[in-house]
Amino acid sequence: MTTTDATQGAPAARDAAAIDVQDLHKHFGENEVLKGIDVQVARGEVVCVIGPSGSGKSTLLRCVNLLEVPTIGRIFVEGVEVTDPDVDIDALRSRTGMVFQQFNLFPHMTVLQNLCISQRKVRKRGKEESVEVARRNLAKVGLAEKESAYPAHLSGGQQQRVAIARALSMDPDMMLFDEPTSALDPELVGDVLAVMKDLAAEGMTMMVVTHEMGFAREVGDKLVFMDDGVVVEEGLPSVVLSDPQHERTRAFLSKVL
Amino acid sequence: MPLTKRKRAAYLRYAQYVLILALAAVVVLAADWGVLRDKFFNPDIIRDQFPDVLTVALKNTVVFTACGFAFGLALGLGLALMRLSSVGPWRWLSTGVIELFRGLPALVVFLALGVGFPRAFPQYEIPGGQLGTATLALGLVGGAYMAETIRAGIQAVPKGQYEAARTLGMSHSRAMVSVVVPQAFRIVLPPLTNELILLTKDSSLIYILGLSLDQYELTKWGREGMNSEANLTPIIVVGFCYLIITVPLSIVVRRMEAKAGRAR
Repeated sequence: MTTTDATQGAPAARDAAAIDVQDLHKHFGENEVLKGIDVQVARGEVVCVIGPSGSGKSTLLRCVNLLEVPTIGRIFVEGVEVTDPDVDIDALRSRTGMVFQQFNLFPHMTVLQNLCISQRKVRKRGKEESVEVARRNLAKVGLAEKESAYPAHLSGGQQQRVAIARALSMDPDMMLFDEPTSALDPELVGDVLAVMKDLAAEGMTMMVVTHEMGFAREVGDKLVFMDDGVVVEEGLPSVVLSDPQHERTRAFLSKVL
Repeated sequence: MPLTKRKRAAYLRYAQYVLILALAAVVVLAADWGVLRDKFFNPDIIRDQFPDVLTVALKNTVVFTACGFAFGLALGLGLALMRLSSVGPWRWLSTGVIELFRGLPALVVFLALGVGFPRAFPQYEIPGGQLGTATLALGLVGGAYMAETIRAGIQAVPKGQYEAARTLGMSHSRAMVSVVVPQAFRIVLPPLTNELILLTKDSSLIYILGLSLDQYELTKWGREGMNSEANLTPIIVVGFCYLIITVPLSIVVRRMEAKAGRAR
């Protein structure tokens, strides 16, 4: 892997996987949160990561776009090595949409400004183009009429859909979801999941940390079960959920299903 | 017979009312109202003060304070960002500047710049004359305090805001400028306004620099008036002028704090 590949984002030799995590370890001080993770996400694939809290699944996701810096191991995104110290991380992140549990909309901006700011400042798009892209994505998540609202005036479900539209406005190659429905009231979860389902149907590459087993079963192409910093089991969602091979998977599923 | 708790509280409250009334009565009876009126609230001298106390003295106080505050705000923001930098020397430098100018009395800073600097470096001159020196001194004093306030405000912005900005591809500085700092300023607007009130009062120290007649700010104006009239009325007048500036500002602060309290 050369640095020119990294900075230009050109797919290099390993072009099979959209995300390729190899032997990933992450320590927080003495505490080893990830103990050697290997996960691949193919282009257009939806991979759901489940597991008990503290199993390291959010940390894994945050390592993919370097919100957490891996201690050991390599991560490739679209063939570019994220863990290469010379990588242009800003360019890479701008092509990797991320949706957070807490939405993290910018509260001092309207919905439209939230969707335009990084298009303008990072993608260097003109005002008209960025507004057009923003409106298209707002319509996609069913919130076209909310463009001049401030985030505080939206429900949690609406905020999360705006957050998805904001990420989509950067035309990302893939989307990372970090427990996108965990902070929502139960009656608002469905709208957000519906948007994610549409996205999956369009062929978006998605890595989703979630507790929504129904979504994983219905939409996921692959299910990864993590516990205590390792991948315990992975496979087709329907197979893993109905016929788990490991005792730890069985114990977890018996609690959540 | 032991009193109930409620009764005891009621008696205690009455006792306080009586005490306050008694103190007021002592003041009213002890004061020589004729002398007070003559020496503190002399109508002829009050009339003489206007309109110059407003068009010259009040205006100069506002100008000095505004310039000092503007410079202090920029300096404070710079120092706050340096303080939060991952580069050691920036942090040390800003910590040094903040501790120095927070620790020194404002009067000492004015003396250092107005008297000390010209003697130490006779070949140099602080640009902008009196106004330049005053801006620098007030800005250094105010900026050192504001730096710590702004730093606290930046740290009070949830980490997820910065992460969301970075995730969208923004660089560190772009994320700070577009996302974190604007939110931090909302958080610190009330304490910054308090700082503006303090600076308004600190601007009275400018007399140290030596002022020409048309540069008199409120305090200098009042002192000169007091000396020439041999009467305290001018001081009372400029005191009211300060309150004209500061009381509305504190009302604004209280409103903002109430609003912020509701938003939470």
